Amino acid sequence: MKIVVCVKAVPDASAGRRMDASSKRLNRSGELTLSDFDSYAVEEALQIGGETVVLSMGPERAVDALRKALAMGADRAVLVSSDDLAGSDLLGTASALAEAIAKEEPDLVLFGQQSADGGGACLWAAVAEKMRRPAISQVSELTVEDSSITGKRQTEFGYDTIRAPLPAIVAVSDAINTPRYPSLKGIMGAKKKPQETLGAAAVDPGTTVLELSPPPARGDSVKIEDDGSAAEKIVEFLAEKRLV
Amino acid sequence: MAKTLVFLEHHEGAVQKGSLGVLAKVDGAHGVVIGSGVRSIADGLGTLVWSADDERLEAPLPQPRVDVIAKLVADEGYDTVLFAQSVLAADIAAGLAARLGAGLNWGLIDFDGEKGRAPQLQDTVVVEVGWTSPVRLGIFRAGSLDAVALSGTSEVRDAAVELEDFSTLAEMVEQAHAEQQGPSIEDADVIVAGGRGLGQPENFSLAEELAKALGGAVAATRAVVDAGWYPYSAQVGQTGKTVAPKLYIALGISGAIQHKVGMQGSNTIVAINKDPNAPIFEFSDLGVVGDLHAIVPKLTELVRAKRGS
Amino acid sequence: MSVRPSDFPPPWSPDEAIAAPSDPVDERIDVGICIVGAGPAGLAAAIRLGQLMEEDPATAEQLGDVPVAVLEKGKAPGSHLLSGAVVNPRGLQRLFKGRKRLDEMPFAGHVEAESVLFLTRSKALRIPTPPTMVNDRNYIVSLSRFGRWLAEEAESAGATVLPETVAESLLVDAGRVVGVRTGDRGRGRRGEELSNFEPGSDIAARVTILAEGTQGHLTSAALSHFGMAGEHPQVWALGVKEVWRVAKPLDRVIHTMGWPLRAGRKYREFGGSFIYPVGDDMVTIGMVVGLDYRDASLSVHDLLQELKTHPRIRRILDGGERLQWGAKTIPEGGFVALPKRFSAPGLLLCGDGVGLVNVPALKGIHYAIESGRLAAEAAWRSFARGASQRTVLSSYDDALRESFVWDDLREVRNMRQAFGRGFYIGGALASMQTATKGRFPAGDSPTERDAEQQLFTTSRASSYPAPDGKLTFDKLSSVFASGNRTRDDQPNHIRIQRRVPRELAEMWAHMCPAQVYEVGEADGDGTVEVRLAPSNCVQCGAITAKGGRLTPPEGGSGPEYTVT
Repeated sequence: MKIVVCVKAVPDASAGRRMDASSKRLNRSGELTLSDFDSYAVEEALQIGGETVVLSMGPERAVDALRKALAMGADRAVLVSSDDLAGSDLLGTASALAEAIAKEEPDLVLFGQQSADGGGACLWAAVAEKMRRPAISQVSELTVEDSSITGKRQTEFGYDTIRAPLPAIVAVSDAINTPRYPSLKGIMGAKKKPQETLGAAAVDPGTTVLELSPPPARGDSVKIEDDGSAAEKIVEFLAEKRLV
Repeated sequence: MAKTLVFLEHHEGAVQKGSLGVLAKVDGAHGVVIGSGVRSIADGLGTLVWSADDERLEAPLPQPRVDVIAKLVADEGYDTVLFAQSVLAADIAAGLAARLGAGLNWGLIDFDGEKGRAPQLQDTVVVEVGWTSPVRLGIFRAGSLDAVALSGTSEVRDAAVELEDFSTLAEMVEQAHAEQQGPSIEDADVIVAGGRGLGQPENFSLAEELAKALGGAVAATRAVVDAGWYPYSAQVGQTGKTVAPKLYIALGISGAIQHKVGMQGSNTIVAINKDPNAPIFEFSDLGVVGDLHAIVPKLTELVRAKRGS
Repeated sequence: MSVRPSDFPPPWSPDEAIAAPSDPVDERIDVGICIVGAGPAGLAAAIRLGQLMEEDPATAEQLGDVPVAVLEKGKAPGSHLLSGAVVNPRGLQRLFKGRKRLDEMPFAGHVEAESVLFLTRSKALRIPTPPTMVNDRNYIVSLSRFGRWLAEEAESAGATVLPETVAESLLVDAGRVVGVRTGDRGRGRRGEELSNFEPGSDIAARVTILAEGTQGHLTSAALSHFGMAGEHPQVWALGVKEVWRVAKPLDRVIHTMGWPLRAGRKYREFGGSFIYPVGDDMVTIGMVVGLDYRDASLSVHDLLQELKTHPRIRRILDGGERLQWGAKTIPEGGFVALPKRFSAPGLLLCGDGVGLVNVPALKGIHYAIESGRLAAEAAWRSFARGASQRTVLSSYDDALRESFVWDDLREVRNMRQAFGRGFYIGGALASMQTATKGRFPAGDSPTERDAEQQLFTTSRASSYPAPDGKLTFDKLSSVFASGNRTRDDQPNHIRIQRRVPRELAEMWAHMCPAQVYEVGEADGDGTVEVRLAPSNCVQCGAITAKGGRLTPPEGGSGPEYTVT
């Protein structure tokens, strides 16, 4: 089984994620590390077994993040990188990844559930569209059969069980497993594993970022002291907000 | 003049509150309801609502819905398609973006037709976003818009359903049914969290009863998890889970920053603590200085009465 | 009845960190030279070895596939590095001679001007800079930032840096150090193996260089096991510091003495503060206090907060924003507390771990670098054919004694101890020593173990400022500002007695800048339970000086410093 795991190198939380005032995007000039959510996808691929290739789009420095996946046990790393790609949004990223994935011809493509820095992006759905293959997201349990996969998908309403034929794209949630710590041998061997860099054509982004501003104040905060009627006042407050 | 289409997600015969909020937000927006036997759901929304009713659309899977909406955009000339955040909506929107080459902005808390606003970096900054593509896609953050009850007759039209081969490859084997136990912390709309102020591990029952009454989940601070009062899986905070429910009720929680960063994105925060100087009062919407042992049981009772359960 | 921390020793013994190799040969990791600690000493050693490997590839072959491995317990090199710091470039010049110029290194600035201030609650009196403290020609640096750069240099030079890797025990076989064993990862609070449990590994190395920094875990085990400890006990100071973005650049390096410390002899409050410009837009401010203090209510973190409220200092930080916070101990025993020897079979010891710090000058980084360089050279010689390892490694001892490190430390050897007699007498004695370049008073004044100081309690805590979240901060939000996001569900790494007299528990609670200790329930006979929040720990090491023992938690835990 050949699995491609799409990962993202994100600014390390400790370095302090900050917006860059001039580009109005996340300042990515510091240390990059493997997005936490992607570790679950790498772990899942390793548990399934077979050949695991990690794929990422990012600046050259992103190769350090790929190394962590190699240290965990992935076999090969592919970085899609070019100056043109800086500032790509969902469209450009999905295109570039889909192109690189096509070259690999995998049976299964895995994603982590969201990007640790941007939140909310469902890249997998866009990639699945480009590849014209089925996609299942929010998977908290994955079973791989010969030519199909069955995933337990976590939604607001409970769990759906969905099956799709391979090749398929699956985005795993952080409930699916506990990522392994890379062993020392793994860390030291990572450098020797094959890593290649590909270019890709840029795609015009469909979105722009215009302004940064401080967050809106939470709104009027009310503080009361209990005089015996606190419970009633709370219910009133919740009712006004249609929360009860 | 923008022509806007709103994806109306529905569950068990009713349109989701989030979708209604988005529909109400944009003047003159149309809606689309997609599923099997769903035409009646399109009623009573006071605008043009497309109904894509087909048994192939029964299961709430995203890819066939991309086909339906893409066709509507192509045939009817919609230039803006909006969604309320949900697992399904996010998948549809991203697939649609790739299909149409359309820009997608998510996490929106506001939208004026041209530009949107979205908080980022754990709500520490608000970004104003725009679109450069001919078709604009946007996903509104859960709970960002008021839940609005719309009324008035809908003009319901049937939407054509033409599905790509690959869109129907994924099939629903078993669909989710109503949860017997409460929701998980990650999914819950309401979270009742307990901290050291509860006094003893046994007092977590106060949080549990209130959560049950509200249909929510129970969470805990690092301090009480460290002390063994509640399991680590319930820990919310910097080194636990990050949550952003519609309602977060903090019982006996001081509000140290390690906890705050795990729940500051919650829509509404209610805090009960006997210490008037507790930091949590600086970022709660309703702060109650008082004895939670006296307040919470009464609160639970009142909530049960109000909800009629 | 007066309490001494040493009356309640922690359940710990140095032998716990000594072990025999246990992994099967094919599972152990073989490296040429194993360096523990990616700080200035360890990285200087790695860089020097890289230079030697380049000059002599034949010998380099002997080191094997992984010639040099540097183990770092922090998340990344720099994560656990914290200092002032004003660096004497001497060590760096020798390390990079002919290869890199000082202007190519990431210093934060040059010392342009300096002041020493004696503070009272409301005033600041400029006093002449004591000769030992003159910083002309020195560089200001963020040690964390500099450490990251040194790590990159070490990697380019061929070293393998392994972050998130704890050296848990020293592997000793037939009286020789044969490597280290790394710590397990993925254990739960009760020590149980979690689903992603990864056991540690034996790392086998011909030479092990310990560069662990203050309170070195394996270093103290080695000093005990090989009988290398010096005659006089080591003593420490605790430094707590912050890095601020400021509105107006600071034009000088400032050191202060006096307030908020008390001069009376009974308090034994030795220390002061430093305020350094870090580039044009940042300032670092820190409070350093000897851990031989006796008032159980003393809190160095809170003294730092109090210090910031001084009108002279508040002005510097006005309009600014706190970026980072951190804490670390500094060995202050100096010359008299140095070990008898710095080498043992298969083992070399460097840097702060063995106390190479010049307290009056507040300098240790250049000694760390020089000792690392010398250790590298001795380790290298042990690979040259025909060399007897024993004589070769002990040549490190000779080299250290012939270096500027030794001369400097001997000259100032009694100054710190003088301050045990109070600020004014201490000051006078110190001046005498400076004037005579250490010749008077002759002999070596003994140090007294910090944990043996009798405690008493005053109302000192009542004047700590209430945190306002803008200028002054509480401990928990400060721990957050250290970047600490230690995994909670792991075994407790702090060894202390859990039922102690109240005064001792309160001392620990005040002492710890990270709020790890809390006074729990009293049990009716004068003792209380000590409650712990180990994941707050920023691994400063203060507890080890004052009655407990810090052992390294799981690799990657602790602070994630970037600009300290």
